[in-house]
Amino acid sequence: MSDVKILAIESSCDETAASVVVNGRDVRSNVISSQIDIHTLYGGVVPEIASRKHIERINQVVQESLDKAQMTLDDIDAIGVTYGPGLVGALLVGVAEAKAIAWARNLPLIGVHHIEGHISANYIENKELEPPFGCLVVSGGHTHLVLVKDYGEYEILGKTADDAAGEAFDKVARAIGLGYPGGPKVDKAAKEGDPLAIEFPHGKVRGSEYDFSFSGLKSAVLNFLNEKRMKGEEISVNDVAASFQKSVVDVLVEHSMHAVNEFGFKKFAIAGGVASNSALRAAMEEACRRRHVEFYRPSPILCTDNAAMIGAAAYYDYLKGIRSDWSLNAVPNLKLGER
Amino acid sequence: MKILAIDSSGMPASVAVLEDGLLTAEYTVHYQRTHSQTLLPMMDEVRTMLGLDLESVDAVAIAGGPGSFTGLRIGSATAKGIGMAIDRPLINVPTLEGMAYNFYGTDCIVAPMMDARRSQVFAGIYSFRDVAGKREEKGNEDTFGNREDPLEILMDQEPVDVKELCARLDALAKKLGRKVLLMGDGAVSYRSLIEENLTAVHSYAPAHLNEQKAGSVAARAMDLARVFGEEKMESAAQHRPVYLRVSQAERIRAEKENGKG
Repeated sequence: MSDVKILAIESSCDETAASVVVNGRDVRSNVISSQIDIHTLYGGVVPEIASRKHIERINQVVQESLDKAQMTLDDIDAIGVTYGPGLVGALLVGVAEAKAIAWARNLPLIGVHHIEGHISANYIENKELEPPFGCLVVSGGHTHLVLVKDYGEYEILGKTADDAAGEAFDKVARAIGLGYPGGPKVDKAAKEGDPLAIEFPHGKVRGSEYDFSFSGLKSAVLNFLNEKRMKGEEISVNDVAASFQKSVVDVLVEHSMHAVNEFGFKKFAIAGGVASNSALRAAMEEACRRRHVEFYRPSPILCTDNAAMIGAAAYYDYLKGIRSDWSLNAVPNLKLGER
Repeated sequence: MKILAIDSSGMPASVAVLEDGLLTAEYTVHYQRTHSQTLLPMMDEVRTMLGLDLESVDAVAIAGGPGSFTGLRIGSATAKGIGMAIDRPLINVPTLEGMAYNFYGTDCIVAPMMDARRSQVFAGIYSFRDVAGKREEKGNEDTFGNREDPLEILMDQEPVDVKELCARLDALAKKLGRKVLLMGDGAVSYRSLIEENLTAVHSYAPAHLNEQKAGSVAARAMDLARVFGEEKMESAAQHRPVYLRVSQAERIRAEKENGKG
């Protein structure tokens, strides 16, 4: 079979991204235009501003991805695009752009689930990785423990009942004055702190083996800070960061390893923005090593929102003959495994 | 010149193909489904029906704002994607100028307006220059026999309070000795407010001419290209919608900063 070259577009949150991926695993370009500077002014992503920035950058980003891959639209076999979940206005820019290019060029269009993209990021640097495997997807918007049965076939074992893990990082970072984005800032501060200094509750859900809950943990951190401030006691930002991070990482690893034991996974992967967290990577790697489970994690550039991962996921849909039609819409709360 | 035109700035989704003096297709749907679901299937049907080869299109005209932020972006991203795919320029047609073209040639003052909530509308005020007389003098310069811009902009499109708009219309109607023609969903939403405030002789557009039509966008684009040339063309990459309003977050932030200062 000849090579399949997919142009992929991703605009679900605050990164405008495009990529050319050959045969699902060979990334020829991975262009990401981040809007982080402007959203930092507001302490978080402002949907309307994100949508406006996407439309200003989308053509340039797509063109750059083609240029870097040394290709033109003439070389492309299909267009893949994230159509959910995410911010609806942001998603719509990528979806409308992808549809228009595919339509004008008579190319097949493949709508991709954003989480499926994150999971598929693991295929890019691990050419031997194939389903089945277990995967923990953790980002600013998502916390999912997933059984990857086959390409495009997923079973969600657990998810968050309230805040996503990355959201908790952002909120706690703001509370201790580290600012936005919280993930990398907490990670950095935690390296200087004592993870055992404060005991915060674990983000579990009663009666559920695999679900998560981080709003209680977040409240516990806020209460701790309030009490300290009321008493006029000094707060060690680094200790709070380290202890909070440990609490999050502990429950993520515990539930993941419970799934590894129950389902007998030989392979386990992490994905999503929080998969860049150094403590999570280290703890998960160690837990997998002890159980003789092969551990996979994407490079940080493939953990963040990017279009290469969408191209990887789109490729396996392409092989299955999955196509989206011209009425493809953005679906902000799209469920994994649904179309 | 062949123009593919799109308008998804308001409630209707509309696409059209204008080839010199011939409107070969116009397709407008005002129904419940979102523009994201309707626009491209409509374009696909037009392409199939006409056997349209996109390579034969010279420019993509887009109602570039104001309008619903999301609607504008769906139309813009669609136009940008097509412009990129076929390597053609875009013509950004001010939404309200396109709407005014529904009444091309009228001797009324035309006031298209879109509901912008809180007793505000996005509105423009326009009149048409006498086209018929000039055809005799200059010969057929273009499809409409006109060399200069047939559209006279009395008030460029802007967000404005309905009461304030009525006052401006009254002043212009008196000065020019003309009647006023009101159109757009803003004229429907604020009809009672207009009746309380507008004293000039006026009427409302009938249903079939009241809202956005891509055929009018295409005709306006053709005139913009003819009269202003390259100046009104932009690359697909450059194009962005004209919102005429900052986002709520930016407005609140600016208010805070002004408060501090």
